[in-house]
Amino acid sequence: MSVISKPPALRSPQQNKKPGSRTGDLARKISSSAVMWLLVVVYGFPTLWFVMSSFKPAGELFSYPLTFFPSRFTLDGFTEAWTKFDFATYFFNTLIVAVGATVLTVVASAAAGYALAKYRSWWLKIFAVCILATTMLPGETILAPLFVVVRNLGLYNSLSGVIVPAVITATGTFMFRQFFVTVPNDLLEAARIDGSGEISTFLRIMLPLAKPIIMTLAIFSFQWRWNDYLWPLIILNDPNQFTLQIGVASIIGAQNINWSVLLGASVMSMIPLVAIYLIFQKYVMSADMNAGLKD
Amino acid sequence: MACGPPRGVGHTVESEFTMVDTVAAATPGKRRKLNSYTGAPLLFILINLILFCLFFVWPAAIGLGYSFTSYTGIGTAPFVGADNYTRLIDDPAFWAALWRTLIYTGSVVPLSFVASLGTAYLLVSPYTKGKGFARIIFFLPWLISPIVAGVIWRWLFGENFGLVNFIITELGGEALPWQSNADLSLMVVIIAATWGGTAFNMLLFVAALKNVPVSYYEAAELDGAGAWDKFRRITLPAIAPTSFIVVLLSTLHAMKEYSLIVAVNAGGPGTANNLIVQYIYNTGFKKAQIGYASAASFVLLLILMVIAGIQMMANRRKES
Repeated sequence: MSVISKPPALRSPQQNKKPGSRTGDLARKISSSAVMWLLVVVYGFPTLWFVMSSFKPAGELFSYPLTFFPSRFTLDGFTEAWTKFDFATYFFNTLIVAVGATVLTVVASAAAGYALAKYRSWWLKIFAVCILATTMLPGETILAPLFVVVRNLGLYNSLSGVIVPAVITATGTFMFRQFFVTVPNDLLEAARIDGSGEISTFLRIMLPLAKPIIMTLAIFSFQWRWNDYLWPLIILNDPNQFTLQIGVASIIGAQNINWSVLLGASVMSMIPLVAIYLIFQKYVMSADMNAGLKD
Repeated sequence: MACGPPRGVGHTVESEFTMVDTVAAATPGKRRKLNSYTGAPLLFILINLILFCLFFVWPAAIGLGYSFTSYTGIGTAPFVGADNYTRLIDDPAFWAALWRTLIYTGSVVPLSFVASLGTAYLLVSPYTKGKGFARIIFFLPWLISPIVAGVIWRWLFGENFGLVNFIITELGGEALPWQSNADLSLMVVIIAATWGGTAFNMLLFVAALKNVPVSYYEAAELDGAGAWDKFRRITLPAIAPTSFIVVLLSTLHAMKEYSLIVAVNAGGPGTANNLIVQYIYNTGFKKAQIGYASAASFVLLLILMVIAGIQMMANRRKES
């Protein structure tokens, strides 16, 4: 709770005092809160309904009248998804992709961001522009040739073919650049005077300082890769390599959708990200964000 | 400053550049050091540099090349000149996909702008209670993948089994064809996209709203300004840079939508709701017309650049 209520505290102290002293503020509090809670219902209900449905027995899913609560809670949909749908394979494939890409993304972005923040040369400037250009040239606009390149590199139908092209991110690089720019240069100078090499300064002094950025980018990168659909779909051909999103989409693509399995698989696929978010939400919410943060 | 990253959440832009200068000023003259200052940054950017060349320069170059050939993914790539582009102009499926994408983008961007600014405003407002919980609920859709989000809304809007039609019929209405009517089907996608796209933009707006100086509001209050006046005359201008970024990113994102629509209606009924990326995917990978798909990709790229250019120009004019 302390984590959650921290950000608004920036401004509320001054403003909180005033409202209490004026008439009509109570009315405003009530109306504002009412609007917010109405929106909470609007935003929360679809997921809630979906999750409640996943606990219904298959026969009850389509029987009118629909009820919010299942007549009896059952985990059949989940077990069916786990066994029939090969959930475990897809889950671990997705985990490999997400973890692998996240580790590489953080390493590559931290190093490049540090270089952009603390060194100056003409080729670094060009490099910065190139990285920015990647946001203008997203994968979707070079889908077919990118596929050909990855195939020529021998990465087709392998998880590394999904991971490697996803590692480079302008967002991550500039998040780190922006952070390292705020780190005083005196620190770097002091390390140099002490005879610390450039690389060891980065690894031993700078990187530990950047922990909040590392966490934020790690969470974002994990979310990007966990939820990615189009790129894995193009690269992966063998069902044993499928990620969760391809798996779930394949259920929808079937002639007759097995909703019981679909609901179970979908709900299970959401669990890791929700868990990560609930544990690390301060890194997402307090992220003083670079606005380029969208993949 | 023009080459800086997209910004607008209130970072101290100016200080960055002065700091870079001090680094440079402190270093000249040391010969031995100079070498290590070339080697170290080169090493630091090496991974990104290699990846950039492999996965951006190379595909962009061969993609441009392929767009003038009838390459199918295997064998030779016969040169066909600008044939692909002229075919594209005459291809009704391409225009239909492009038009549908523009309708979709034109609806999603304003809706998610209003939704994300509204939720952000409520989350920083001193008048609302229960922000902590509300924040989690508003943010939840960001965690849900476009595929699963599509499934959630498909489940709600199922024609014969969905909650929405159930409620409509319970209230005495006629069940609506959410899947088999192209426009209603697109509407479901738009609702789903707004729902899913709110959280991220909300985060940007929360950061921007918290950076508006409180003194502005206090001064306005002394002048007797109402809530709406304060919002329109102080808040909106103060967060304009963020609004610009939100509109730009949302537009580019919406133009590239694929996963969500696959999950909601697979671009159906039929091909009625095929968006542009789905069109590219279908031509390139289902019909194996890599050359033709590359041409379509470059047209998409061109459109994205034009959109970004127009928005940047509009933003610049507003600022000056």
